[in-house]
Order: sequence, then C-alpha cells, then structure tokens
Amino acid sequence: MNSRAIGYDQKVRRLAALADGVLPYPALSTDAREALDARIICDMFEGDRPFTPRYVLPDYAKALRQGVKYLELEAPCDLDDALSFLTILYSQVPSVTTYPVYLGDLDSLLEPYVPAELSDEQLDAKLRRWWIQLDRLLPDAFVHANIGPHDGRVVRSIFRVERSLRQVVPNLTLKVSPETPDDLIEDAVRTVFVTGKPHFVNHPMMVADHGAEYAVVSCYNSLKTRGGAHSLVRLNLKRAVERHPGGLDSFCDDSLPHWVELTAELGEARIRALVEDAGFFESNFLSTEGLIEQERFSLMFGIFGLAECVNELMVHEGHVDARYGHDSRANAAAHRIVARISELVKQRPLPYCGGGDGFAYLHSQSGIDLDLDTTAGTRIPIGDEPGMLEHIEVVAPIHELFPAGISDIFHVEETVQRNPRAMVDVIRGALAAGMRDFTFNLDSNEFIRITGYLVRKSDLIGVEEHGARHSSDYLAATAEINHTVTTRAIKRVIAAELSPIG
Amino acid sequence: MSTLPLSGSSASAGLVTDVIEFSVVDGPGNRFVVFLQGCNFDCLACHNPYTIKECIDCGICLDVCTTGALTMVADRVVWTESLCTGTDACIAACPYDSTPKARPQAVADVMARIRRASGFLSGVTVSGGEATQQAGFVHALFSAVKAEFPRLTCFVDSNGAADVAVWDGLDDVMDAAMIDLKCLDDALHVQLTGKSNREVLSSIELLAKRGKLYEVRLLLMAGLNDSDELLAQTGRWLAGIDPTMRIKVIGYRAHGVRPSALPLVEPTAAQREHYADVLRAEAPFDLLVI
Repeated sequence: MNSRAIGYDQKVRRLAALADGVLPYPALSTDAREALDARIICDMFEGDRPFTPRYVLPDYAKALRQGVKYLELEAPCDLDDALSFLTILYSQVPSVTTYPVYLGDLDSLLEPYVPAELSDEQLDAKLRRWWIQLDRLLPDAFVHANIGPHDGRVVRSIFRVERSLRQVVPNLTLKVSPETPDDLIEDAVRTVFVTGKPHFVNHPMMVADHGAEYAVVSCYNSLKTRGGAHSLVRLNLKRAVERHPGGLDSFCDDSLPHWVELTAELGEARIRALVEDAGFFESNFLSTEGLIEQERFSLMFGIFGLAECVNELMVHEGHVDARYGHDSRANAAAHRIVARISELVKQRPLPYCGGGDGFAYLHSQSGIDLDLDTTAGTRIPIGDEPGMLEHIEVVAPIHELFPAGISDIFHVEETVQRNPRAMVDVIRGALAAGMRDFTFNLDSNEFIRITGYLVRKSDLIGVEEHGARHSSDYLAATAEINHTVTTRAIKRVIAAELSPIG
Repeated sequence: MSTLPLSGSSASAGLVTDVIEFSVVDGPGNRFVVFLQGCNFDCLACHNPYTIKECIDCGICLDVCTTGALTMVADRVVWTESLCTGTDACIAACPYDSTPKARPQAVADVMARIRRASGFLSGVTVSGGEATQQAGFVHALFSAVKAEFPRLTCFVDSNGAADVAVWDGLDDVMDAAMIDLKCLDDALHVQLTGKSNREVLSSIELLAKRGKLYEVRLLLMAGLNDSDELLAQTGRWLAGIDPTMRIKVIGYRAHGVRPSALPLVEPTAAQREHYADVLRAEAPFDLLVI
C-alpha cells in the first residue's frame, strides 16, 4: 500500500489478488494438496478461486462482423472504427493478468478495412498511433498479436511500425507455412534484429493440431480461437525426480503416473470451480454472444525442469557425465519422458475440455520468476546449448508432442544483421525439421527474452526504486537473476500477479 | 585440369582444416564452409596462419598436448578428435604455420556432414587456406553437392591467385567466387603477400566477365595499403570492370595475426568510413564496410 515503486493500477490489481487469496481453495485430495504445497505441482499462482479462464481467445473476426451487443458496438465500416472497436473490446477480455493475452490475427482482421487509396504512409500513421495506445493501455508483455502466414499491406506496415517504435507490447507471432514468401520472413527477421519480435511458428503443424482457427497467445501458448484454456497447471520434473531414488524405467512406470494424476486432479478442481461454481461461460458476454465457445476450451498441462530431471536420472543410472543436449543417452531419456507424459495426459479424461477432445493439452512451460535453478520447459539450460544445428536436432523431435506450445530460443551473433537471408534459411530448416515455435536473441539487442516474454534491458534498471510501467518487467527483473540470462545484478522484486502474495 | 593438388588432396579427398556447419559471413544466406589446408600466399595480415602450410610431422606439438589427443604413429602425427579439448595449444606451438588437425577427408565424408545441415543452407562455400590449391577436390565436392542438392549454391572464397585453367575447370559446378584483392599496387602486393597480383587481377576480370564474381574484398591496413590515391585507383579499376560491383571493405584486425616486420595498424571507424567515401566517389558500388 505504501510502496513508492508500484503505480496505482498495479496496487489495485495486487489488492484484488490478495482478496482472491483469502477465499477457500477448490477441494483437493491430501496427496494433491501436499504436492501443491511442496511445489512439485503448481497452479501458476493464478489465484485461489478461479473466476476467469486463464487464456481467452475471442473470435474477433466474428465480433467485427456482427458487432457486440453487450458493449453497444455496431459492426465497424472503416479502419478507424475497426481499431476503436477492437480497443474497446480488448478492455473487456478477461485473463488472470487482467490484460487480454490475445489481440487477434491482426493482418487478416484489418486487411479488409484498408482501402486501396490509403497510402502506406497513411496506414503506418494509423497503426503507429494504435500501437502506442496498445502499449500504454495494456502494459504487459503477455499481450500477444498474431500475423501471417500470408503477405499483405497490414503485416508489412506492422513490421515497419514495430521497428520504428521498439515497444514491448504487443508480443508478436508470425505464422509461417511453406507458402509464406521468403521476402516476408526476411522482413520479420529484420524486425527481430530491432525488437526481438516476432516468434516464428509452424503453421501446418498448428493447423494439424488445432484446425485453421488457432492462435499463439501470451508466452507462446497455442490454443483454439473462439476458445482458450481454463487454467495452466504444471509439473516440476526437477522436484519430481528429487523424490525418486530409482532409475529411468521406474520413473516412467511408477513416478510419472502418480504425478500426472495429481497434476490433472489439480486442473480438474480448478476447471470445475470455474465452470460449475463461478459459471463463467453462462454469464460472460463473450460466451453468450458466441465469441467464445466452452467446447473449444481445454486445460493446459505444463511441464518444466526436464533438463535437471534427465541429468539427475542419468546420475541415478550411473552415467554421471551424461547431460541433456550433449549426450545421446540423456537425449533419448528426455524424449522417452516427454512421450510418456504425453501418453499419460491423453489417457486422463477431463471435464469441459472439448478443445482437446476431452483431454488436456501438453505445454512446455517456460517458467516464472520463482523457478530457481530449474530450466524452462524442455529447454537445454541457458549457456549449455550445443551448436545451433545440434540444438535443433535435439529439441525438434519433442516439439510435435506439445500442441499447447513449446518454444526454444536461439542465440545468434550480431554479424547476422548483414545477412538476414541466413536467418530465413535457418527458419525454413527449423520448421522443416519439426520445430513448432522459436525465436532468436541477438547478442547486441536492446530487447531480451526472459523465459519467453520480452523486456527492454533499459526497463530493468532500477525497477525496485522507481517501479515499472509494464507489469511483466517485475517478473523479468527477478527472472533475470534466477535464470542468469545476463550477468547484470538487479535487486529482487516480487511480481504480485503470478507470485505468492505477501 | 592443370592444377596440381597438394599431397593429401586428390579429386576424391581433400586436406581439410575444418568445417563450419552454419556460417552467416561466407556468402549469401546460411552456408556450410569447408576450410582447406595450404595456401600459395604468405600474407603478413593472415588471420589464420596455421592454415598456410601442410603439417611436416615434426611432432613438436605433441609436447604441449596434455590430453593425449596427439600421438606419433608410424612417423605421422595423428590427431584424435574425441580426446581433444580444443585449447589449440598445438597450433600455438607449431613453428611451421600449420596444424596437426588438418586431415585428408573424402568427398563422401564432407557430404555426410553437408547432408545433415542441408535443410538449413543456401549453399556451400570452400575457403582456406586457398581453396583453388585443391581445385580437383573442390570440383569433386561441388559435383556431389549439385547432384544431391541442386538447390544449394557452390561458392569459392579465394585469394584469386589461380590461373584461367582452374576457373575453367570449376566453371560447370561453381556458382560464384569471392576474391580478396590485397593490393592493386604490385610491388606492395609482393610485400604484403609474397606474390605478384597479376593472376589476382586476371581472375577478377575473368570471373566478372562470366558473371561469377560475387564480391571483391579489400583488406585495408592503416598507413599501409589505404592511401586515398591507391584506393581511388583501385576503385577506378574495379569500376571499369563493373561499376555496381559488390565490394566488401574489411578493416584489418590484429586478431590471430603473426608478429610482422611491417607495422600493421587497425583502421579506426572513421577511417573505415572514409574508405567507403573514397570508393563511392568512383562508382555506385554495392559497398559494405566492416
């Protein structure tokens, strides 16, 4: 309440989270409660009493076509009206961060409103103004827009605006298919050099998993549009293996079924509280006006700490030096563990999860600020990555097992800025090799990816003393220390929205 | 083909210093680079002088290898990659500008590594050392690349000191070459490289005429080969061949270079920009300064 480093808005949101924290938690078995308290399984600190789905992906195209009765908005006729319409609608899209995690596939949404007589300069000016609005109104790096896979005037304008503004918001994903022109990918690469955005996703792989109506939201979570995810629960594989004295076989046969069941139980309890107790889908206008459908939602089942889990199991097996990312036995164990979890998740039915045909979606969870000494998702630890080709060969085979998202970050030297075509080659190759989602960190870039979301290095300086306008910067300030992303020392700052309160 | 390959090199095997699977600085796009051992120049400013000569199996490097990666087998120095920790102490100890790590590799061996990276590449570049010294191997390698991956382009990175027969021999499989021009002034060229630039100039003209000159690189050292007069003269000569030529001006950097009798000085950023201005005054070159 008396902090000088937190703004008014941020205080209101933290107070709301505190209030949520005094409500009774959905009923859990003793085992699940114990695992949750020991942080072997985790609810992402979404709040003790679910009253909104974690990720909501409204059908913005439908909204633009039919208008929104609840907001007394008629279908827009021109670009200015469409931008205003969307801005208003965003303010009413719920999420656990209170900011919308999905702004739409902006190029396909807006292209019909761009008349031929509007010049590129005029288009840029309009989108630039709007882009500034979005960053200031929705100051959170988890706010995410999609573009591609087709070329068009809007996507080109977005890249120009991105490069000129260098903002954190919105996060961006470019959908890439074999038909996406090289020239458009190269334009995206030039944008990565300036802003660290966009991510590149494997469009055909996503369409195969989710159908054509999908999007990448928040921190590279891929979900059905007109749908979403009720919640994200996750299993800490590092902690799980700490309670497992045996080897790889018994970990897969005995330990994993136990922990997967407890994680699923936690997810089920949260789903029932949201759908049955809070009645979200009965009452929210997005649902009643058909902009989301409960049947297109599911639960996200996240895992992280695979690297530490595998390395520890290798020690149990007597292979002390076998490290994930560098040793074929360790890599094979990693693939086996992930495949086993995928199999177990597909055998555990869950209510109200029509989006996943009655099951949760597997997600390689990139981590939060509290994940000390635990590697994000299924990644190879930062600083321990092998050469890029070997890196891709190790991680690509597991990408297909994560329909709800997985991402790897490749570090590239700044010399590549003189040869963006080389990055196009790597992107094409990585997608053909079966990578689902990835991006690049340029060594010299002002923007850096922390686990998955983006921050400006300059925004991290003095966060504790002066506060930060983007709430995700608080997460980044702590995550940066915890993940040794850089060596700069930042004082610890608690992020209220995803960390424990108090 | 008239070129004599170095010993250890033939049409089916080359003396390979090393390969890089992904390179963004050796031609257009992402490229697989093969470095061949042995060079016909002996440049004062050479950044990787250990690629100049062939190993003579003297065994001096065995004394500094602490991991047992180097052994003497039947009077030959043998390098065991799996035991090597990559400190390059052997290269530092070599008094003959060589390395025990360069080994004969068959086209099939190199192709196996290219195959693994092929989906991520725009092409293959052969560098060195001096690639054209093993032209027979280069031709065989490029033929294999073209047969299996017609999509990939094949580039040679060369000092240009090769006669017309070499370029004729490579013509059917080589898409383009990148040529270093160390100095337009022949007397200074001899001082800098130990050889005349006559063949280099002919190679640049010939390759440009055939549409196979990707770029010319100028390595400039402050106070040595960077006078305005010489640079302008170089610009005029290159413009006479192609006024839109792609030229990469590389400011000398001391990294890796041997001690030299002549003072080798790194140009400042301002000096490098000035080089670009002098060249631009001659023609609308596609100019890159690094």
